[in-house]
Order: sequence, then structure tokens, then C-alpha cells
Amino acid sequence: MLELAANQGVSVAEIGIESSPLAIRGLTVSYGQKPAVFSVDMTVEPGAMTAIIGPNGAGKSTLLKAALGIVSPLSGQVSVFGEPLEKQRARIAYVPQRASVDWDFPTRVIDVVLMGLSRELGLLGRVRARHMSRAMDCLNRVGMRDFADRQIGQLSGGQQQRVFLARALAQDADLYLLDEPFAGVDAATEKAIIAVLKSLKEAGKTVVAVHHDLATVTDYFDHVFLINTRKVAEGPVAEAFTAETLQSAYGGRLATAQIDQISRALG
Amino acid sequence: MSGEEFVPLSLTPLLIGTFAAIACALPGNFLVLRKQALIGDAISHVVLPGIVVAFLLTGAISTWPMMLGAAGASVVAVVMIEAVRRLGQIEPGAAMGVVFTTMFAAGVLLLEQTDTSTVHLDVEHALYGNLESLIWLDATGWSSLFDPEALAGLPPELPRIALTLLVVSLFMWLFWRPLKISTFDEGFARTIGVRTGALGFALVIIAAIAAVAAFDAVGSIIVIAMFICPPAAARMMTNRLETQITWSVVFAIVSAVSGYVLAGYGPLWLGAADAVSAAGMIATMSGLILACTAIWGPCRTRAGAPSTA
Repeated sequence: MLELAANQGVSVAEIGIESSPLAIRGLTVSYGQKPAVFSVDMTVEPGAMTAIIGPNGAGKSTLLKAALGIVSPLSGQVSVFGEPLEKQRARIAYVPQRASVDWDFPTRVIDVVLMGLSRELGLLGRVRARHMSRAMDCLNRVGMRDFADRQIGQLSGGQQQRVFLARALAQDADLYLLDEPFAGVDAATEKAIIAVLKSLKEAGKTVVAVHHDLATVTDYFDHVFLINTRKVAEGPVAEAFTAETLQSAYGGRLATAQIDQISRALG
Repeated sequence: MSGEEFVPLSLTPLLIGTFAAIACALPGNFLVLRKQALIGDAISHVVLPGIVVAFLLTGAISTWPMMLGAAGASVVAVVMIEAVRRLGQIEPGAAMGVVFTTMFAAGVLLLEQTDTSTVHLDVEHALYGNLESLIWLDATGWSSLFDPEALAGLPPELPRIALTLLVVSLFMWLFWRPLKISTFDEGFARTIGVRTGALGFALVIIAAIAAVAAFDAVGSIIVIAMFICPPAAARMMTNRLETQITWSVVFAIVSAVSGYVLAGYGPLWLGAADAVSAAGMIATMSGLILACTAIWGPCRTRAGAPSTA
């Protein structure tokens, strides 16, 4: 399954577009003159936990946002469970970067979690007791039940991240896309989040997360997708997360010592 | 004050002022949270070229063509602001500043270059409106409210602003959930299928409708003040958006009523001879309310400082 930039052009993906929770073909996104993501193919393994890895500005978040239709690509196709994105929106949950919203917004923790139910509620549907108890369950799963009535700005960074995860849980999706869920969170939150993500995987859900901490990749994820504007490598951690692919993705930006360390960790 | 005096002279300006204040304050809540509050300022400036063009085309001062012209100019301005913001990749405030000053200047030029000197199109009227003149001379007392003949003589601004308030309220009620979600987290809103671009545009159009209707009745000072002051003051009273909306309506009503009464009677109480501009006083009251909530409001501390938990 390993694909390197050098031998691109031959598609060696084993799983077809039909059965993949998220399949991307020829995706190019540009914010200005220079493309942020160039001609990327990605085929997400069903029921796996995939880390999207790459240096700063490599297009990790952009790839995720284009897959979700938040930014419009210049070219390329996205299919979700074998169908166009619009038809399968109900099966996707998204956790944006924590810093992308204004936490001073006048709303409570429970209201944010209830936003995850808005497809179900529709425009004018009332929030009923069963919706409320589902939202509370989701808060409970991330250990934030006692904070339901807090204003969101009163939370720490890690708590805010957990509230976002609870909102995604409320969406009750089959594919979870997370943008840097571990960025700037405390150790307890990191443990809580990874426990929830692993429970999702055990329940047969597919998890894709933009991840920046190379040291925890092997512990947390079973698949990786390395990107530096173009795809560098994709596949199971043991095959695609190697000193060679890292060097290729990060270039000179990754110290040799770090690569050695990772190689050792990988055995 | 008896009904015989109050109904013909004060009831209609009070209602028009109050409706205009609420119609602007409601969308203002979202505009302030989206950091687009200046859009009210922008719209109240860009209506000038729209009104002048409407006058040039029809050759007369009549309400509907002018309101259409004003609304058209608002839409052009909103589209241009979005275009400048996206193509120039600059922040929205700067894009608004560029567009509304340019369009206002174009309006002034048009006004100068064409023969509009004979008609009543002046800056003063545009700023302060003419709330005090919107009286209901056909009324003789409270009973006139049920008298079809007297009702026919109502100033046309009243049903117009009432209809505007109804449209604004309906929009807010119907799109409450997507508005709230997309204001808080636009990216997430898009992933659940909210068309955030269209919704944001609709919000600005609704704000423009409120601004043009209020501008017609009460001038641009109220428009600018009411888009910002009641929502901003309301934000400092609560940490819940639903409650914030309620407070903003309360503050809009209090500003309009107290401003109107103070403008009419305040100077007399102080021994002066003349009343002052009601629109100016209403805007001043809304500013005072904002100042009070900024000092004493229970939720005025910016969040972000994590609690001890």
C-alpha cells in the first residue's frame, strides 16, 4: 500500500473508492498563487485511525477542509462512502481547530454540544428531553458533564477541545475528521481524547486526525498519510511512517536526531 | 398628558422610533458578534447615491422609488465589499471603509452635478431624519385607533417600519439555529450543510432592509447607533445569546422611549425653550445605556481567562 512520491502515477490503493469512508482524487487547493495542496490522492482505510502528518504549512488542515467542502478546491473529487459529499454529510463529524472560533461567544457548553444535533433538529425543531440527555451523555464521555452550564469562554483550552469532541460525538457519525485535536491541550485531556477516539474505532467508526506530534503517532494511530503540499506516503504506520518518508516530507526541517529516534521507536 | 394630545402628536413618532430601533437591534446582535457592526454605518452612507439616482430617474421625491434606489445601492455595496475583501484579501472593516466612503462621495458628486438644488435632499435630513414631524393629525384620542377614517391618515412610515420589523423578526426566528451556529463556528456550520455564504449575505440584506426603512423614517444616526449599542450593551448583561437578544430589544425600546421623551421635554425641564432632535437623543440614550452596562454589567469581563477549574 505504500506509495512514494517517486512512484506516483501508479495507483496501488487496495481499497476501492466505493468502500472507502473518504476517497480523494487529484485534489488541488490554492489560496493564492501557490497551491496549498497539489494533486493529492487519498484513500482512507475503513475502521482505522489515520494521522495526517506533515510540516507546518504542508496543507494538512487544507486537505481536511477541502474534503469537507469548507474550502473550494481548484480541481479534484471527493467521495464519502462511495457517494458525493453532499449526500453523506449526515455520516461525517468534524472537529475544527480550537483556535478557529471565538470562545467569547455568548453560549454555554451544552448549547455547543446541541449544535451537533442540529441536522436532526432541523430549522425549527424543539430541543426535547431526549436530545438533552444525548448531549449530556456525550459530555459525560469526554468527562465534561459538570461543565454543561458554563459559558464556553470560562473553560481551559483542553476543556474547550473536549467540548468540541463532545459535539462531534453528538453527531453520531461514521467518519470523524479532527483538525489538530491535541494542539495545546493538557496531558489529562490528551488521554481523555485518545480514549474516546479508540472507543470510536472499536465501535467500527473511521477516525482521521491532523496530527503534529511525531512521537505519539505509533501509539495513537494505525495508518498515516504524509503530506507536504503533495502526497508523500500513505499506508499502515509500519510501512508508511519511516525515516525515509519522514525525511521526504519534512526535508531538512526535521533533525537527523529526531528521525533516528523515531526509527528506533519503530524498531 | 391626555390621549387627545398624546395620540396625534406623540404616539406615532414613539412607535416609529421604537420599531426602527428594534428592527436594527435584532440583526445588530449577529452583526456585532460577526464583527461586522460597521455594516450599518456603511449602509446608511451608501444609500445616498441610491436615492440620488432614483431621484434622477423619476424626477420627483417619492418614497418607493427612493427606497428601491437605497436598497439597490445597499446590495451593490454589500457585493462590492465582499468582492474587495475576497479579491484584495483584506480585512472586512477596511473593505467596508473603502466601499462606503467611495459610494458616499459618488452620491455627493452626483448631487452636485445635477439639478437637485430645488428639491429637499439635504445632508441634515439624512442624518437626523424627521421623527417629530411624523404626527397623526387625523387622530383625536385613543378611540381613533379603531376609527378607519382616522387610521387612513396615519403617517405611511408607521406601517412601513412595522412591516420591516415583522420581516426582520421572521427572518431571525426562521434562521435562528443556522445563524447562531454559523456565527459561532462557520467551518462546522458548512460541514453540516449550512450554506454559510448565502446565509451571511441574507443577514446583511435583512440589515440593509432595516437600515433603509429606518433611515427613511428616522435618519441615519439612529441606524448606526441601534445596530451597535443595544446588542453590545446586551452582551454585557448575559452569557447566553437567547437572553442577549431579549436584552437588546429591551434596551432598544428604553432608548427610543426615553430618548423621545427627553428630547421633547428635557430641555423644557431644564428651562430651555426648544426641544432637541429626538433621533439625536435616542442615539445618545443608547450610548448611555452602553456606557452603564460597560461599567456595571455582570458579564463585561472578556472571557478567555480560564477559571480555576
